Amino acid sequence: MNSEKVVFSFFIVLSLTLNFGFVYGDIDNPQHHPVYEFFAVIVVNLIATILKFGDRTQLGAVLLSTSLVAVLQLIVAAILWAFVVNVTDTGMTPSAMAMIVALSAGALMANVISVILLLIETVMLRR
Amino acid sequence: MDSIIYLVFRNMRQPLLTLLLAYSISILGLVLIPGQDADGNPVHMGFFHAFYFVSYTSTTIGFGELPGTFTDAQRMWVIVTIYATVISWIYAIGTLLSLIQGDSFQRYITERRFAKKVNNLREPFYVINGHGNVGKELVTELTDRHQRVVVVDKDQQSVQMLSLLNLRESVPAYAGDSADPEVLKLAGLQLPYCEGVVALTSSNETNLKIAITSKLLNPERTVICRADSAEVEKNMESFGTNYIVDPFDTFAMHLSVALQSPGLHLLREWLSGVSHGALTEPVYPPQHGKWILCGYGRFGKAVYDKLTSEGLDVVVIEATPDLTGTPQAGCVVGKGTEAETLMEAGVDEAVGIVAGTDLDVDNLSIVMTAKEINPDLFVILRQNQRRNQAIVDAVHANMVMQPNQIIASRIRILLATPMLPDFIDLAKAEGDDWACELVSRIIAISSQEVPDIWELTIDRNQACAVFEVLESNGQPITVGDLMRNPRERDRYLPAIPLLLIHEDDEGTNQTLLPARDIELSMGDKILWCGRYSVRSRMNWTLQHPVALEYVLNDRVKPRSWIWRKLFPETA
Repeated sequence: MNSEKVVFSFFIVLSLTLNFGFVYGDIDNPQHHPVYEFFAVIVVNLIATILKFGDRTQLGAVLLSTSLVAVLQLIVAAILWAFVVNVTDTGMTPSAMAMIVALSAGALMANVISVILLLIETVMLRR
Repeated sequence: MDSIIYLVFRNMRQPLLTLLLAYSISILGLVLIPGQDADGNPVHMGFFHAFYFVSYTSTTIGFGELPGTFTDAQRMWVIVTIYATVISWIYAIGTLLSLIQGDSFQRYITERRFAKKVNNLREPFYVINGHGNVGKELVTELTDRHQRVVVVDKDQQSVQMLSLLNLRESVPAYAGDSADPEVLKLAGLQLPYCEGVVALTSSNETNLKIAITSKLLNPERTVICRADSAEVEKNMESFGTNYIVDPFDTFAMHLSVALQSPGLHLLREWLSGVSHGALTEPVYPPQHGKWILCGYGRFGKAVYDKLTSEGLDVVVIEATPDLTGTPQAGCVVGKGTEAETLMEAGVDEAVGIVAGTDLDVDNLSIVMTAKEINPDLFVILRQNQRRNQAIVDAVHANMVMQPNQIIASRIRILLATPMLPDFIDLAKAEGDDWACELVSRIIAISSQEVPDIWELTIDRNQACAVFEVLESNGQPITVGDLMRNPRERDRYLPAIPLLLIHEDDEGTNQTLLPARDIELSMGDKILWCGRYSVRSRMNWTLQHPVALEYVLNDRVKPRSWIWRKLFPETA
């Protein structure tokens, strides 16, 4: 058992599960999308991205790019959230929530691809 | 070598993770710990404000407690935050700096820069391997002639020295082992603008490796190699090295020319001299009588063959005949530095002596002892080390054989004026009187220094005005027309056309010292010899249509469109 592989897979899968948990629920209902979970999604996604640095294989490069896509989507969502809550006078509105959740759903897709690639690699290299 | 980038990323994983964890724990703590507003009501900090606070605190900017005053519980957490994040930052930046300053990364950067410079060259260039004495001389001479070069040398210091030399062209240089094919590729061996490769390193094996690599990776390119031993020379020849420069054979050849025709030797010396060098005196080696040759190594053998083939009587002195072998006539055993050995060889009745061992001290000692016995000797001295220049000058030898200088001048001629060897070959057939006459013509045009030698090809690039005239109206242009002074057409520039090469369907036609009334055609090549300013003055005629029109027809054409419309009869 390779402990590096365990940590690596753990964070990749965790970023997917957290992301799914955040997106799950009514898309425009702020009650269904807690900010703490969103924070956890961003942090775990960043960790997963950094773990993918410095891999020279083709698969490693694709894994890194999917993670970068997820992080990009999440950061845009985070900026949107901070803007809506702190800068505008309206506070969180259902339409803003829908946009944030839609962006996170995009990140979810990237995370799904990440996990699929991870599975492919695991199946191809049976060691 | 892109792996170094991966290495940097991989090594940055740990610090970046630490930083990320420190940030996220700090932010989470600030969000969870309740604060108080001005009225004493509990409030929670949002993620946005927490991130803002941690960002300016961890980078030690410290705007204070924002958005409101903190409670003591919050302050306790901020203490943890400050130490955790600031130390994480220092760790991350420190790791990054040490990676960037590390040897492998720096090497990668210099390599990239060098490759980029080489790739950006948009003119033909030569790759010169080895920047020792010979390499330095060659680089200076070639850049003076605006020939681009790329330098590779093992020694970091000598590469750095290059930037201190005041060269006319920028020279991309790289410190690396030329025996490594990757290094040669980096130096542009496979680029379309690479004209050839010159191997001048002090190691025969490296030169051999360079020659093989160049011929395998890019068979069409010229390869010029220095070789110090016969086996290496044979080996290089076997796979098609274009020019192998052997200083000993080259010098022996010069010596035999000097014996046969002192005028031709002088002519060759002048035409192949370093630019702005002083004109050398003629040498007259005695053509009859007995010669003494000290040292029967490679140099000794080459000289021996030439001297005997000229019908001279040669006595060889050699210290270790078992190692070097002996000529058929046998030899005197000894170093030649003592009077007895020299007397045994018959120095008192000899006409010339060649001090040709591979030790400068021995050579100088031989010359001094021999001259004491027989002051009228013609002395040929082999100088092995350049740093001995001062003492070598002091003995006033008639001819000095310096391997470095011979190699440098031979390669410079091959690269800068490849028509010159053709000219010398043709001149050999003309005899001594012809050579002496040409020498006196050169004295007349040059001002106490080596004349400028250059090649001219009649094409769009080097002679665009001439090209246009030949292309359009077909007015004949002669060699003499080019020699006219573009300011005053009745006077001629102080230049001598040495050789004209004309190529057509019937074959190549070489004309030695072409007459002024020979008509030029497209693609003709001319080798010129003249004073240093002449080349740029001649360029007016070659490149400027108005100057050419004046030189050809003694009239000034209007340049502007309006003038041509107003006065069509002058156009």
